[in-house]
Amino acid sequence: MLILLILIPLCLGILTFFLPEKIASIIALAGNCITLVVAGLLYSAYSHEGSYVLNQPWIPTLGASFHLEVSSGLQILMLILTALTFPLIALVSWSKQPDQSNRFHALMLLTQAGLMGVFLAKDALLFYMFWELALIPVYFLCSMYGGERRISVTFKFFVYTFAGSLLLLSAILYIYVHTPVRSFALNDFVAAGRSLPLAQQKVLFWLMFTAFAIKMPVFPFHTWQPDTYEQTNTRVTVVLSAVMVKMGLFAVIQWLMPVLPEACDYWKNVVMILSVTGIVYASMLAMVQTNIKRLIAYSSIAHIGLMCAALFSQQNLGQQGVAIQMFNHGINIMGLWFLVYMVESRLNTQKLNEMGGVAKTAPWFTIFLVLVSLANIALPLTNGFVGEFVMFNGLFNAQTPYRFGLTIFAGLGVILSAVYTLTMIQKVAYGEQKFDFKDLNMQEFIVMGLLAALILWLGFNPSILMDLVSLNQHAFLK
Amino acid sequence: MNAIIIAALSGVVMMLAGLVLRKSIMVQNLAVIIAALIFGATVYDFQTTGEGQTMFYNMIAKNEMSSWFNVLLTACSFIYLLIFKKEIASVGKNDAEYFALIFFILCGVFILSGYTNLLMLFLGIEIITIPQYILAGSDKNNTKSNEASLKYFLMGAFSTGLLLMGITLLYGATGSFDIQSEAFAGHFSAEHMNSLALAGIILMVIALGFKVSAAPMHFWTPDVYDGTPTAFTPFMATIVKVSVFYAFIKLFHSSFTQVGSMWQLTIAIMIVLTLLIGNITAVYQQSVKRMLAYSSIAQAGFMLFAVFSTNATSWKGILLYGVSYTLASLGVFAALIKLKDYTYDGFNGLAKKHPILAFTTTVSLLSLSGIPLTGGFFAKYFMLLATVEQGKFLGLVVFAVLMAAISVYYYFKVIMSMYFKEGEPEMHTEPDALELGILLLNAAVIIALGVLPQLVF
Repeated sequence: MLILLILIPLCLGILTFFLPEKIASIIALAGNCITLVVAGLLYSAYSHEGSYVLNQPWIPTLGASFHLEVSSGLQILMLILTALTFPLIALVSWSKQPDQSNRFHALMLLTQAGLMGVFLAKDALLFYMFWELALIPVYFLCSMYGGERRISVTFKFFVYTFAGSLLLLSAILYIYVHTPVRSFALNDFVAAGRSLPLAQQKVLFWLMFTAFAIKMPVFPFHTWQPDTYEQTNTRVTVVLSAVMVKMGLFAVIQWLMPVLPEACDYWKNVVMILSVTGIVYASMLAMVQTNIKRLIAYSSIAHIGLMCAALFSQQNLGQQGVAIQMFNHGINIMGLWFLVYMVESRLNTQKLNEMGGVAKTAPWFTIFLVLVSLANIALPLTNGFVGEFVMFNGLFNAQTPYRFGLTIFAGLGVILSAVYTLTMIQKVAYGEQKFDFKDLNMQEFIVMGLLAALILWLGFNPSILMDLVSLNQHAFLK
Repeated sequence: MNAIIIAALSGVVMMLAGLVLRKSIMVQNLAVIIAALIFGATVYDFQTTGEGQTMFYNMIAKNEMSSWFNVLLTACSFIYLLIFKKEIASVGKNDAEYFALIFFILCGVFILSGYTNLLMLFLGIEIITIPQYILAGSDKNNTKSNEASLKYFLMGAFSTGLLLMGITLLYGATGSFDIQSEAFAGHFSAEHMNSLALAGIILMVIALGFKVSAAPMHFWTPDVYDGTPTAFTPFMATIVKVSVFYAFIKLFHSSFTQVGSMWQLTIAIMIVLTLLIGNITAVYQQSVKRMLAYSSIAQAGFMLFAVFSTNATSWKGILLYGVSYTLASLGVFAALIKLKDYTYDGFNGLAKKHPILAFTTTVSLLSLSGIPLTGGFFAKYFMLLATVEQGKFLGLVVFAVLMAAISVYYYFKVIMSMYFKEGEPEMHTEPDALELGILLLNAAVIIALGVLPQLVF
């Protein structure tokens, strides 16, 4: 079952390259749906039976194994998010296929395979391979589809993340050499990492954290992100923003915190201060943006900053909040990008001051825009609220002298997020009507309706997610 | 050691065949058949390898590692001949002789992998370099080719002098040429060391560093690789270089490990310089061929890690690095040689015109930059692993990975030209189905090594 999550998108991805464009999009959507079904089955199996393992020897001389395992609720959430994102993207943009759509869909499927691998791997070498592999198709996607400056911007993104990954590789090597039996298994890494003296852990921490921080991105490693989000095709931005940035947070939870706990404790203040600085800084920048994609990009940096800060608060509750917020943020930001995509495909602009008055002709669009935006600000009864509340709780209870300051500044970020999000709604939906804006078509309505239902349902029933992540809370942190 | 004899004889046969065979296509086919024969001989040698087999008055020894190394490099040479045979034959009038020279070089490669005597090391290095001087200058009417040949010859002669001097000093210090003998190996320990032996070791470092184009002895490389006809550059930059590395590692790991602290710092400085100069200079190149010349310096910097780390992992590493670096370079050069314009713009739009060629080139470039799922990743991985196991100068590892990140810049510029830029690439010749098939096979092997690196050791 686990291998299917990787194999289906991988095989279909390779196949899709060679199919004619019309069939390619159908095959891709079908493949996405099958993957989603498999992920759903995995979820139900997991909630009944607990963990699932696939462990085969891979490179015996090195002690590397092909080890996939689902053992925490967080993994399930990430797998479902990944499985959900791709069919929705395909569906929402169904009526307007990109150029050479077979190539586009093939690369998307390969990306999905890589992402699934990242969330499933329990072997450090395998994890690293998937971590990099998810990047290659995305590099091609971003460079082929998007705005005028896409090639240079994507390249910056690629070099940034690749440099980070290589630092991660050197850390993996160092820990690997210190494992008791020369193995890449997560458990052996945990044993080896903890046995190292603090001085070495401190260095290794930054080698690993830099890679993850670039991916998230946390201030000051974020400079690739607004440009990349702005320039790439919105369909690809959804993947980057809803799923790929979660790789960074996920890796911190699964690979950094258990392996180097003392160093995490040692550096937590630095990381939290950086994250909170990022929240305030990104929120203020978001307020002055005139491009809607850049605005959402900066808002995303602010949200990720809060998650990172809560993660390093080392509070159980805060970390649970991060786990569910990773999923909810994925849903919300996906919704926002889809709306941006609809605006873009109708008006051919990303500039906020060229939009306006959409509400008069497109009531459904406006309803969804308001709902998703409110979820993004984390208003109560939307899915964003619970996670954010719990994260603040964790941050406020952090074992650090700066906790008051951190909480206050992070709270400032929430207020600012209301400011820029509401301004955005106002500029897009209200004011002088400049265009005849067509309301949602069938596919768009289905997708947005689904997301809206999820937002409200999870807002009313947060315990579904809370139960899932707290089941194995100790398994993934201890 | 049938391979040595067969390789030397096939060089002679090939030269004579040039008198008999009138058609170039027949010469090419004969060369491929002979290469297959040599490959068969190395496989036979590998199959019959036992313990303690020595030949030529104990001057050459055969063991599993060296026989396997011969098999791998001959396989790479075979692929090289398959991909480039047309281009080799069309460099000038003497098509048979180019192939003959390549077989002579292979003979030198086999000597280098098996030597146990410093004189054999010297002989092997001379046998592989002298044909290269000729190959570099084989495009007689091209001044750049002439310049390359002359430059290579003068610089090469100089470094050979240093090598001889180093061997002399080592002989003076130990009284033996045989690196496995008690007299030789026993001498290099902390209490027996003297200045004569130390000077000898340092001269060997310099001379061998020269041959593998390690900075600061790299100055000949860009001009020579750039000026040499494109058909021969991939052979010189890969197979020959890797075999010298093998000899380098063999000498230093079998004899000088006890006194590692005396020369490892020198190698460490060379690694830093080689990586820095190779990568930074490659970034500024306008011509892809020249960029590949500098990138081959940078790759040598990575291979020097195998000399630096005196452990078993570095042996595995050099095998994997040698094979994956060779195959990847062949893949890139195969595309380059078809183009008229060697600048990055010459690659514009290649993906539209020849999607398969662009794909194989991309796989090769990804491997050169060390992206996972290609052989290049595990190659770099083993080099770094060997260094971490060694436990000295760990800062080198971080430095090396940052340099690898820089290398992405110039390798990906080619990918960007092929896929994201519009243009109509001008071709010398269109690739035919057979060539594309071989290149696809080559790419498949690169990917296979990226999934299962244990295939080579």
